[in-house]
Amino acid sequence: MRYAMAVDTRKCVGCSDCVVACQTENNVPIGYCRDWIVEVTDGTYPQLEMEIRSERCNQCVNAPCVRCCPTGASHFADGGIVLVTQTECIGCGACIASCPYDARYPHPDGYVDKCTFCIHRIKNGMKPACVDVCPTKCLYFGDLDDPNSDVSVVLRKRKYKTLIPEAGTKPQLYFLI
Amino acid sequence: MNEEVIVSGRMNQMVDPHLHIWHWQISLYLFLGGMAAGILAIAAVYYIRGRENDYKTAVRLTPFLTPFLLVIGLLALFIDLRHKLFFWQLYTNIKLQSPMSWGAWTLMVITPVSFIWCALHIRDIFPSWDWKFKWLWALDEFFNKYKKALAWVMLIYAIILGIYTGILLSAFNARPLWNTSILGPLFLASGLSAGAAATLLLSKNEAERKQFARIDLVMIGIELFLIVHMFMGFLASTQVQIEAANLFLGGQYTMSFWIFVVALGLVIPAILEIMELGRYHIPVLVPAVLVLFGSLMLRFIIVYAGQVSRWLY
Repeated sequence: MRYAMAVDTRKCVGCSDCVVACQTENNVPIGYCRDWIVEVTDGTYPQLEMEIRSERCNQCVNAPCVRCCPTGASHFADGGIVLVTQTECIGCGACIASCPYDARYPHPDGYVDKCTFCIHRIKNGMKPACVDVCPTKCLYFGDLDDPNSDVSVVLRKRKYKTLIPEAGTKPQLYFLI
Repeated sequence: MNEEVIVSGRMNQMVDPHLHIWHWQISLYLFLGGMAAGILAIAAVYYIRGRENDYKTAVRLTPFLTPFLLVIGLLALFIDLRHKLFFWQLYTNIKLQSPMSWGAWTLMVITPVSFIWCALHIRDIFPSWDWKFKWLWALDEFFNKYKKALAWVMLIYAIILGIYTGILLSAFNARPLWNTSILGPLFLASGLSAGAAATLLLSKNEAERKQFARIDLVMIGIELFLIVHMFMGFLASTQVQIEAANLFLGGQYTMSFWIFVVALGLVIPAILEIMELGRYHIPVLVPAVLVLFGSLMLRFIIVYAGQVSRWLY
């Protein structure tokens, strides 16, 4: 099992619904977020091109945050989801410094927090909150080992890229281009 | 033109607008730990080589600083933790891939060893010292019997501590400035230099001072060599590392690095020590304090600048 997400940069309108849905679903403290929207503008007027991406933890296969955690609080859960066990986290910040995507943040309660792919929902057969709420249906989630999952199907059909693959992290967040 | 903006307004504390998760606590600890490592390594080497009577200060007196340095350093690390009550989790796990785990366990060994080393030499400082209890005398006798083994343990762990302070940072490929294996040896050399400077400050013996001025000079030479190679490596590497080097070559840390670390911390004390070894008499306080200051500034600047450097993204 290998969970992954694909983001259709051609359908995303940058409405931030995924951000708000995540904050609500996961009780993210005010002023923080586990996912965010990046808008890239290329070129000069009038020849402009724009790409909008909904970004979050890349749930890397070779995750530097898991490697550098001194207590094992950062670990791989089922399907390769990178999780933090709150009662094992000492809040040293090593994982935050190790993430090339800056996807983690120190929770005001002391431990480090990040996107969990809404593992509590997946376990109950639901999709992550951001995927369910997306009004343009630009987020695809599923198991890469299952050829019929939403994400496998769309990755077969479309061109895609990952972010900073040269960092060697093997990110599992795919951007359809 | 290419412009990337986070339009949903991500402002995660200590992560945005650029990473600033580690502050003075880490820099201070890296300095204190490195200096303690330097002092203990030098003391162990001279003890193992049977030179403790030639370099009395380095073997017997300067190590008395290390329990304080290590305890203050550990305290700084503890202050840095955001989930403090769970700190003991460090000692229920051994993670070979995590430099911080290595560091926690190394400190677990080297801190008690530094205390024992001081206890073995306390009667050199207070001749009338009495351990009061029989079992303390027995312990004293035990460690005196195996002092050479203790010195070897101290040497090995001091070197691990000295190198680890650099590897702690260099293990992060997300921060291109830190991601160079030169940081390990550079911080070790800087720690040994700070350790030599401490003996230089404390020693009353002319011959010992000369020797430690020489050690310090060699270490400064090695540091300058490593710094040059670090920049050569960066500039010959990928765009992200070129940009990291540019923080020091015209970027926002240029002045502080070249003035505080290289000029005040390395070049000027080296010149003063060369003059001291020649005919001139230099108050030893000046080069020693400059070396310690430079060593501290190196940790501060690398820790802070590293968090500014990032992947082009």
